[in-house]
Amino acid sequence: MAATRRPDALPPHLSDKHKHVTCASDAPTYTSTPEYAGVYASLGIDNSLDLDELRREVRIDVKSLTADEMVFDVVGIDAPIANALRRILLVEVPTMAIEKVWVLTNTSIIQDEVLAHRLGLIPIRADPARFEERGDSESNESNTLCFRLTAKCTHNADKSTDAEPYTGARVLSSQLTWVPQGDQAAGFAAEPPRPVHDDILIAKLRPGQEIEVECWCEKGVGKTHAKWSPVATASYRLLPRITFHQPVHGPLAAELKALCPLDVFDIEDVAGVPTAVAARPRSCTVCRECVREPAWAERVSLQRVRDHFIFSVESTGAMPPDRLVRDALGVLKQKALDTAQLLKDTRAQADGDVDMAGAVGAADE
Amino acid sequence: MAVSAAGEPDDEDVKRCLHDDGPIERPIGSVEDKWKLLPAFLKVRGLVKQHIDSFNHFVNVEIKHIIKANEKVTCDADPTFFLRFSDVTVGTPSAEEDMIVSEIKPQECRLRDITYSAPIIASLEYTRGKKEIVRRRGMVIGRMPIMLRSSKCVLHGKSAEELARVGECPIDPGGYFVVRGVEKVILIQEQLSKNRIIVGKDNKGKVMASVTSSTHERKSKTNLVTNGGAILLRHNTMTEDVPIVVVLRAMGVESDQEILQLIGMEPTYVEGMAASLREAVVLGVTTQAKALDFISHKVRGFSRPWGSSMRQSRVDEARDVLANVVLAHVPVVAYNFWPKVVYVCQMLRRMISAQHDPSQIDDMDYYGNKRLELAGQLLSLLFEDLFKKLCAELKRQADAVLSKPTRAAAFDIAKCIRQDTITLGFSHAISTGNWSVKRFKMERSGVTQVLSRLSFISALGMMTRIMSQFEKTRKVSGPRSLQPSQWGMLCPSDTPEGEACGLVKNLALTTHVTTDDDEAPIARLAMNLGVEDVHLLPGLDFGGNGRCTLVFINGMLLGMHRDPDRFVRSLRTLRRCGRLGEFVSVQLHPTQRTVHIAADAGRVCRPLIVVEDGVPAVTPVHMSELAEGVRDWQDFIREGLIEYLDVNEENSSEIALYERDVHADTTHLEIDPLTILGVCAGLIPYPHHNQSPRNTYQCAMGKQAMGAIACNQHERIDTILYLLVYPHQPLVKSRTIDLIGFSKLPAGHNAVVAVMSYSGYDIEDALILNRASLDRGFGRCIVMRKYSANLKKYANQTSDRIVAPPSATGAVKSVQLQRFRVLDADGICAVGERLQSGDIFVNKQVPVNTSDTITNTEALAGAGAEAFRPSPMSYKGPPHHDTYIDRVMISSNENDHFVIKIRVRSTRSPELGDKFSSRHGQKGVCGLIVGHQDMPFNDFGMAPDIIMNPHGFPSRMTVGKMMELLAGKAAVLDGHLRYGTAFGGDKVDDCASVLVKHGFNYAGKDFVTSGITGEPLAAYVFFGPIYYQKLKHMVMDKMHARARGPRAVLTRQPTEGRSRDGGLRLGEMERDCLIGYGASMLLNERLVHSSDGFIAHVCQKCGLLCHHLGCRNCRTSIHTQPMRLPYACKLLLQELQSMNIVPRLTLSDT
Repeated sequence: MAATRRPDALPPHLSDKHKHVTCASDAPTYTSTPEYAGVYASLGIDNSLDLDELRREVRIDVKSLTADEMVFDVVGIDAPIANALRRILLVEVPTMAIEKVWVLTNTSIIQDEVLAHRLGLIPIRADPARFEERGDSESNESNTLCFRLTAKCTHNADKSTDAEPYTGARVLSSQLTWVPQGDQAAGFAAEPPRPVHDDILIAKLRPGQEIEVECWCEKGVGKTHAKWSPVATASYRLLPRITFHQPVHGPLAAELKALCPLDVFDIEDVAGVPTAVAARPRSCTVCRECVREPAWAERVSLQRVRDHFIFSVESTGAMPPDRLVRDALGVLKQKALDTAQLLKDTRAQADGDVDMAGAVGAADE
Repeated sequence: MAVSAAGEPDDEDVKRCLHDDGPIERPIGSVEDKWKLLPAFLKVRGLVKQHIDSFNHFVNVEIKHIIKANEKVTCDADPTFFLRFSDVTVGTPSAEEDMIVSEIKPQECRLRDITYSAPIIASLEYTRGKKEIVRRRGMVIGRMPIMLRSSKCVLHGKSAEELARVGECPIDPGGYFVVRGVEKVILIQEQLSKNRIIVGKDNKGKVMASVTSSTHERKSKTNLVTNGGAILLRHNTMTEDVPIVVVLRAMGVESDQEILQLIGMEPTYVEGMAASLREAVVLGVTTQAKALDFISHKVRGFSRPWGSSMRQSRVDEARDVLANVVLAHVPVVAYNFWPKVVYVCQMLRRMISAQHDPSQIDDMDYYGNKRLELAGQLLSLLFEDLFKKLCAELKRQADAVLSKPTRAAAFDIAKCIRQDTITLGFSHAISTGNWSVKRFKMERSGVTQVLSRLSFISALGMMTRIMSQFEKTRKVSGPRSLQPSQWGMLCPSDTPEGEACGLVKNLALTTHVTTDDDEAPIARLAMNLGVEDVHLLPGLDFGGNGRCTLVFINGMLLGMHRDPDRFVRSLRTLRRCGRLGEFVSVQLHPTQRTVHIAADAGRVCRPLIVVEDGVPAVTPVHMSELAEGVRDWQDFIREGLIEYLDVNEENSSEIALYERDVHADTTHLEIDPLTILGVCAGLIPYPHHNQSPRNTYQCAMGKQAMGAIACNQHERIDTILYLLVYPHQPLVKSRTIDLIGFSKLPAGHNAVVAVMSYSGYDIEDALILNRASLDRGFGRCIVMRKYSANLKKYANQTSDRIVAPPSATGAVKSVQLQRFRVLDADGICAVGERLQSGDIFVNKQVPVNTSDTITNTEALAGAGAEAFRPSPMSYKGPPHHDTYIDRVMISSNENDHFVIKIRVRSTRSPELGDKFSSRHGQKGVCGLIVGHQDMPFNDFGMAPDIIMNPHGFPSRMTVGKMMELLAGKAAVLDGHLRYGTAFGGDKVDDCASVLVKHGFNYAGKDFVTSGITGEPLAAYVFFGPIYYQKLKHMVMDKMHARARGPRAVLTRQPTEGRSRDGGLRLGEMERDCLIGYGASMLLNERLVHSSDGFIAHVCQKCGLLCHHLGCRNCRTSIHTQPMRLPYACKLLLQELQSMNIVPRLTLSDT
């Protein structure tokens, strides 16, 4: 049977289920991708993956890019691929974070280990690519960044009433000073490592209390500890798709427009009749207000496009988000290559074993 | 009506004096701001005001009465001798060390293990020698533990800053004692009220009336019981029951008619008394003399108090018993029995009417019949006993000294006053909780408890706890169940589960417990208001047809009034004017035709808004004045806008719950319905939507939640201290939370919860935690533990010592030095060091010889190492977990030379098996910790901190938890905290509209994508913040397993318990299973091989255990056989032998 590779050729009711997740008011339906190549075999349609087609169809649109956040659409891939990217962004893109804290003095009320924990969570702006993971080796300039924090609180000499009574009462991340090790001073002269934010409160002190610690940053991934996660969050959502089972005219259209808290609908003049149209489906948050009432659920259909992922990558600031995505794709690619290599090796080994067995058998004879 | 004309103020006058600020008919205050009275109330009264008031009353008033009642000490040997205590005061808290008196602070006492006490300073006069009379002031007769925040406490009236300066938490309520460094609470004790007629049923189902009389001198219980229609008086001093008519005759009422008139001439009462009257005739008791003679044969020879050695005739004795012991609280002056006769007849009347109408039987569990005994009363009982003991000691000494004919110097009794009698008496009683008062034969244990500092709420909850005197073992439901009269007084939710259920209760938020009010002025006032004195009344007026009502004050008959309604109204009006104590209650009992005025201690009462003519007295004007600060709580009381009602008076009031319910007959209005809950139940958001037991569970669990325990928590060195590193204040609060300061000392986290199933590790309420949340500090806690070392001094002048760690020279190997790692040069561990199991933290040495006197001074100096034996304190803790020395304190107190306290700290992140709970009695353990990438996420990329299985909801019906989630989500979205106050709080509709406004589903259900597959979940997930508490039960403290380990010395069996690294017991039920299964080899292995297997040698000839070389009994070795048996069995055989029982073993081959 010559199956066509055209899911478009599916009958409308199947095509809808194939392409969209329907967000009914009670529960989403048809949430999973039909992955099996032969799902539609009885209709003469082949559902297998075609790499060329995938290459042709996949589309990435960057919608916005700031220093902290990147929003981009990925269209035409399956959920597992998108999810892999999300997971890698969360826990597998390496960054630098404080891992070892040498407490020289700490007379504040914050306990040593709590202080160390707080320091660890401070995002550090330093290019992790220039470092190696320390592993079990000794710390050196190629795997460790050193910061020093010295803080001391005293009574303010200025005794006027509106002046702060103490100086140095708040220990902020800006007080972390980089101590270059080895040739780091030269290597990082262009962009010296520093905490991303200067106003992170580390501890509060009172006169007589002081903190002196040395912090060693190491390279790591979010899997080990969340402090190495490069993103505040990275996730995706599916593009909402709002259609009408029956056109919504006149006062109903106005009602629908008012119903939506995110102003998704507009009223347009269609053939002289004011009709509701879903003008801004991207701003829909799938709150289901428009399908909450049974009457509305009959008119409006709220769906999400299964292969249209709106990614949002929010960096901690340690690295720009676009760089993170690139790194994440790199990790993904490396994983794929590793897997391919592993398969190849396994195959080779299996073949080798067979050969060996043959050889041994031959020798016996 | 001569009496009333003389003194009764005109009703209109009274009203004018009350409302001198103009007409009260002003617009009604809106419901929303009424609750603002509560902060004003708590500002004045505080949460533990009942304890503090009670203690203040004791130290300022009661103690003086006690001294006055026992002021004189005389001597049998010398009639001219006397010692008289003229005045007594309690000083300021201080400590005397090395003859130096210095002021002490509570925090210092906690840390140094000393008692926070103040001297009891007495003025006294006594004779010295023959003629000289000495007056002395400022004599310290003992030391009294001082309740924190009481009027004698140094913290009294201090501002928050001042409190902080003395190391005290401003939010801490006080009301407890610090005895030997331990915080002790004297729990509120609940008992049946004294001096009240209670009509009940005896165990045969017959109606009986009983009165527990209590005076300063004695306590006695008088019962009236029925036996075959006749009524008898039963009393401890009588050998058998005495017919009541005989008693009445003995009291001087001889004629039957008079008796009946006193009881009531209605046919019911006449018939009711018929059998009793007949019995008296049958007994031939017709006159007072005969009656006294009859009773004198029944009176038990009671031990009379020392001093009255005068012999009395039996009749006089009987009369004395009737006058002073039976119904002791009704005073009999000069053998005028009239008040007592009337009282007995009232009892009879009540009894007979109850025989005909069972509804007249009193409910024992009715809360108006209960009195709460507080710290002040308990201490005053103890003090009186101790003071009497002191006086008796002084008398004994005076007797001993003055009876000797010759003396060197004039006897000075002041020198004989030993402070220890009172000081140690107090501190011993409070620290053990054993209250023994000899004169009442009172022997109570468990009166005090250590203040639980597990969490702020547990400490607060303890201060409001009420213990019942009822035995816990009895399986009756009456005293345990919630009584309608407890409404508003006791928390309906806060009670423990299990055996103490319903017996241990907690006060509601605004409940106050009264202290004693002087009754003489009240009695005088009542007389002025037209009460006819009981002494002046003929018998006819009491029972029958007259429209007269008896007036009782504190259970004592005062007289009679002809217009009770007006009398009660006038009294109340006067109380609202402030002419009568605010806690005096007046109750008209229409069926009994009595007016009860109560001014005694221990009644529970609560404030209510006065409503007159259908208009609440509190108006928005008052509320705005309150908000401006020109009016405070006391002004409301003083102006009669708010008054306190006790349970009895509440019963004759019409109280509206809300303003809309106020109608013409309404007398009072609730301040806010949330006040029916106590402090623990007050933490629950939307408790009125939960299934009731869930609130009870939360009340128990809130006390185990970790968080901040006090503002001075880092200065405290408690045995164990659980703190949360990053506690949150709840997003969904309640008014109670604001009032008690829970938001300043919170215990929990606002966790983002997804209600969904995830993996299989969430069954049976287990929770799934997000690893990234844990990494960021969710549920992270600090556990601090105290280790203390005391350096003792011994009788022979030697004492313990601490020496520097050995240095690595010669014989000492560096491996051995490892254990001394954390020690400083002074032999005590250094702050900040990391402890490992086995490390020594105090290098203490104990002298070898502590009994013999050492004369040699060199040996005393302890130069010789052989004079001391090392007794180091070493740390034992879980391996691979970091513990640090947090603080070292070195101090001293009077008992020990040195007190060394070491606080160690470990920080823990939640792990599998740690227990968490929401505020709705929904506890669960952590079943799985999942990485962020595997957690489900919503459209915003948010992954939950906790995943909770939805099966937790249907059977528990904790709708409040769902409402908390919605309100919490709304709070997060618009940045305003929400309120889930009981019977109020933010509406679900309002919260839902906030959600919708911010683009969320109105029901709080989010579109969630699986973190594992990346595909949307096939259901919307209920997703939002819920306040979660981490409970103190952590796996690390409980985890235990062993392969091999220590054995008990005696039995050679594995030790028991985790602390001793014990084995896991294969108990008898498990053994039964193995027997049933026939797994004999496994059984043998478990019970012998892996336990206490032992090879014993048995002589086959005599059958006894013997030495392996031969039986000493049979003097041969040829019959000796080795045999394997449990060591415990061998032990048993030998123990039997030692008891002259010969167990002989007969061996055979199998």
